[in-house]
Amino acid sequence: MEYLYFPGCTLNTKAKNFDLTARTCASHLGFQMKELSNWTCCGATFPLATDNLMALLPPSRILANAREEGTALTTLCAVCFNVLKRTNRLLQDDGEKREKINNFIEKHYEGDLRIVHYLEILKQDVGFPRIKEKLKKELGGLRIGAYYGCMLLRPFKEMAFDDKERPTLFEEFLEALGAKAVDFPYKTECCGSFQSVGSPDVATECARKILESAVKSGAEMIVSTCPMCTFNIDHKQMDIKAKYLHFREVPVLYFTQLLGLALGLETKALGFELNFVDPLPLLKERALL
Amino acid sequence: MSENGGFIQKAMVVGGGIAGISASIDLGNAGYEVVLVERLPSIGGRMLQLSETFPTLDCAQCTLTPKTVETGQHPKIRLLTYSEVDEVTGHAGDFRVRIRRKAGYVDWDKCTGCGLCQQKCPSRGPSEFDRGMGIGKAIYTLSPQAVPNKPVINPARCRYFLEKKCRVCEKVCPVGAIDYEQKDRFVEERVGAIIVAVGFDLLPKERFGEYGYGDVSDVIDGLAFERLNSASGPTTGEIRRPSDGKIPKEVVFIQCTGSRDPDRYMPYCSRVCCMYTAKHARLYKHKVHDGQAYIFYMDIRSTGKGYEEFIQQSMEEEGILYLRGRVSRLFRDGDKVMVWGADTLTGKKVEIAADMVVLATAIVPHAETRELARKLGIETDAYGFLTEAERKLRPVETQIEGIYIAGCAQGPRDIADAVAHANAAASKVQGLFARQKRL
Repeated sequence: MEYLYFPGCTLNTKAKNFDLTARTCASHLGFQMKELSNWTCCGATFPLATDNLMALLPPSRILANAREEGTALTTLCAVCFNVLKRTNRLLQDDGEKREKINNFIEKHYEGDLRIVHYLEILKQDVGFPRIKEKLKKELGGLRIGAYYGCMLLRPFKEMAFDDKERPTLFEEFLEALGAKAVDFPYKTECCGSFQSVGSPDVATECARKILESAVKSGAEMIVSTCPMCTFNIDHKQMDIKAKYLHFREVPVLYFTQLLGLALGLETKALGFELNFVDPLPLLKERALL
Repeated sequence: MSENGGFIQKAMVVGGGIAGISASIDLGNAGYEVVLVERLPSIGGRMLQLSETFPTLDCAQCTLTPKTVETGQHPKIRLLTYSEVDEVTGHAGDFRVRIRRKAGYVDWDKCTGCGLCQQKCPSRGPSEFDRGMGIGKAIYTLSPQAVPNKPVINPARCRYFLEKKCRVCEKVCPVGAIDYEQKDRFVEERVGAIIVAVGFDLLPKERFGEYGYGDVSDVIDGLAFERLNSASGPTTGEIRRPSDGKIPKEVVFIQCTGSRDPDRYMPYCSRVCCMYTAKHARLYKHKVHDGQAYIFYMDIRSTGKGYEEFIQQSMEEEGILYLRGRVSRLFRDGDKVMVWGADTLTGKKVEIAADMVVLATAIVPHAETRELARKLGIETDAYGFLTEAERKLRPVETQIEGIYIAGCAQGPRDIADAVAHANAAASKVQGLFARQKRL
């Protein structure tokens, strides 16, 4: 199995650990991720205005170029996934807009790539039973809150990723790794997103509610699929702590770091130095390192 | 063929709710023979589940029971309860209807309705009539005032049917009416006209992902609230929430749950929720004086006689907080049900830590209505409601002569409208019969 791979800007910078662990895990699980030879920023938001075709040009160009190299494209960042999948769908469904965009970017792309999230590859293409066979470490019932955020799931009809109100794919993944998935009501709530730039207090409050909800439901750790979310719920813990004295830090990992851990990757290959809240004490306490 | 020139002057009414009962009494009083077919063991329908009715707040059972009794005792009306229409052939004047009389495992000819079997039955489970809240026995009647007041056995719950032991009801029955060997029987009825009044169901709360797919405890539907508030209900009329029996101090009512939502659920208005939610909130306030009731609404539709006055009074004098907006999510947080909504008049997000939530879920046709319509050769619409011959001018007729429709099986409506609809259907039948007589 080979997939074209769109890393996205953050995975080249702040979330290098996400990129690194995803690639290593892929080779352990027997599928290849071939990085696109030429990629740019995805645009970072899908335009809300229906006539704003300009904002669709970056993702359209990425998709058109990708189609020249293969048929299936995967990505990790939930925001990139959202933008690419929705743009691809629009190019597939809306002939008029497709023609306009194609004319502008001077390509003939029909929207016929399969856009698949890494988690979907794990479930649909590799299969959780096969992953189980490859595990080197039992996560020993580590209680983990699966944080979806909103970008993977909504808008539901376009993303068609999982049940928008009560998704379970992430939990199935955690259970396959031998962890205990903790359900918590804020698992699909917004992390505050780009508010962390303009109104940081708003984002901090969003993050605090998510974290407290997960911890209250019994989570010892949270896993995420999105560098944006992770910035808000991991790095922001510093700000939460400054404001709420009783706030207890909780480690936030990318799901591929956890997968790497269970597949028996060496600690230094898991990139924990980029996680803001240090997960090592918890992992050592549970004899996972 | 029958006496009057071959046109049988006898009607069948399918469905023993308030619409079917009203039509049967009308026809019976006009001197025509009526066969009333009801799927459940006794008549009364949905109205029997209600506590009080709007806009007068009088007791539903007090107004309904005289009607069910009158129906049961009417010399012209024959009840075939626990029965379903199996096959229909023929035409106006001579329909031949095969009816399945479901095995209830009790010989009703012997049964005196003493109720001893129900008292002694050891199999308990959630009561369907009480929307899963009260205790239902394996041998049961729907209510203490059931007409007919004869029980049936639910084999899916009965220890004898499941484990081949027990037989307590057989032992205690003083007249030997229990018959575990009873089988479904088929009878054929010949009638000249048929009125279909098979009522409605509610869109199950399990359908609503945003409200926890029915898994959040203390989130109930409107009919469940009726049972909670009913003197014959599981709490004998005290408002106690299902999870722990506590008296809820903050209750949120959500209107239009599944109605007027073309994207996800039902596009139509269910027509009764604005009124019954106001009624619910008032009844709650009358019983829990220090409680707070919140109602989330889209807009208020109160077009019946005395309805707008009822709403105005609810808003202004009853201390109910009306919030114009929708609720996006519900989830359990410890002892509370967290309600996230919007108050679109102030433009603010609202978060309420509620003790109980009541969903005014959409009225939908019974799942079986489509199949029944197929047997009768009449039409249903996209949702499964029965279709009238013409929207405005022929509201009770169908495309088939001699078959009429009444009540919520045709579309959502309140009791007053259902009764008027049934009266109209009955008068259509009388017109048909009278016309044939003159021929």
